[in-house]
Amino acid sequence: METYYHPHDLAKFAEMGKGNKELWEKFSAYYAAVFAEGALTEREKALIALGVAHAVQCPYCIDAYTQACLEKGSNVEEMTEAVHVACAIRGGASLVHGVQMRNVADKLSM
Amino acid sequence: MGLTVISRSNPLSVASNQLRILGASGGHPRFEEKLAAAGLPPLHAAGITVFQINVGKLCNQTCHHCHVDAGPNRRESMSRETAEACLGALAQTDIPTVDITGGAPELNSNFRWLTEQAHALGRHVMDRCNLTVLLLAGQADLADFLARHRVEVIASLPYFRGAQTDAQRGDGVFDKSIEALRRLNALGYGKDGSGLLLNLVFNPVGAFLPPKQAAIEAQFKRELARRHGIAFNRLYTITNMPISRFLEFLLASGNYEGYMQRLANAFNPAAAENVMCRNTISIGWDGQLYDCDFNQMLELTTNHGAPVHVRDFDFAALARRRIVTGNHCYGCTAGAGSSCGGATL
Repeated sequence: METYYHPHDLAKFAEMGKGNKELWEKFSAYYAAVFAEGALTEREKALIALGVAHAVQCPYCIDAYTQACLEKGSNVEEMTEAVHVACAIRGGASLVHGVQMRNVADKLSM
Repeated sequence: MGLTVISRSNPLSVASNQLRILGASGGHPRFEEKLAAAGLPPLHAAGITVFQINVGKLCNQTCHHCHVDAGPNRRESMSRETAEACLGALAQTDIPTVDITGGAPELNSNFRWLTEQAHALGRHVMDRCNLTVLLLAGQADLADFLARHRVEVIASLPYFRGAQTDAQRGDGVFDKSIEALRRLNALGYGKDGSGLLLNLVFNPVGAFLPPKQAAIEAQFKRELARRHGIAFNRLYTITNMPISRFLEFLLASGNYEGYMQRLANAFNPAAAENVMCRNTISIGWDGQLYDCDFNQMLELTTNHGAPVHVRDFDFAALARRRIVTGNHCYGCTAGAGSSCGGATL
């Protein structure tokens, strides 16, 4: 069945360098630096990435960071909580805009 | 707990069937081609510092990832005659470490004799222990025996939580393992200053690579101390090898090609130069010689002119032998490397 997303396309990510090598190399260097051990561990960064992957609903990122989390020693319970964090922020972001709705409604209403 | 591959008459119980699967091109180069492309010569031994004896396939567990296909129904077991031949070969050399494995090696009737004799020869003895064996009827004095002979215990524990450990090693194994670790700690194992080494082995619970050894060791130390009050010395990460029951899992779950690709993509030339077979000789339950325990399970004996049986042990020839390799060797050369002593880099 035809679909826009194919798992094997993830391995082609580096082909983005063919369009602009310099920008790809800058992005790659930055990306590697971001995920290197720093104030946060690599394991913690992979869990954050997994949460963000769900927030932006990127199937490539979900595939890659599920594997990365397991390979950094995280377990499915921790990974599930990371997804709930993303869910709570996404849901909360919608809900908190209800304040704007209330502000507008209060202004318009008698 | 699952059954052994051999008891289910699964084709994977035949080594040649496994080799045929491993030898087929799966979108990655052959291991030997990868070595050559990295500018490395075929692997050769650079001495022997570890004399690893696999005393047999009998085990009280049937772990899902076992490359030995060990289990309670296995009958392959080293005889006293072969154990004596091992000791005779060892005594001719200055090899400092004797690494005893299985199966559950402690269930072999010659395990204690072998340990005593190797200890008497002044060699450091390591026991690859599944932990639950310490709780079996008839093994109540095993922990004391190990401590008395200053045996280093290398104990399998794939995770600090029960769900993951039991998923790999069988229902109830985690709780028993914790009890066994407490017994070892009570004897001084894993405690600073005791000289009794207790090292844990981490195998991934699935088709993925192990974490960085230092990072997961710190996590294990924190969690085992916090949750169970358990101490240990080192944690070794070991990559699961695509052999026997783990190969069966890879094939049945549709992960085989992806896993082999992952291993090949993570090939690290520095890890290839540090592979354990370059300083290890592996002896099978029947006295056959191998470059490693994985080759042993694939029935790939030493070759290229080196002796193939312990009765013909020739240190000089074996210490510079050419290693027999195959695509399963990608398991030891991925990332930070993998060996019976954990990451090699």
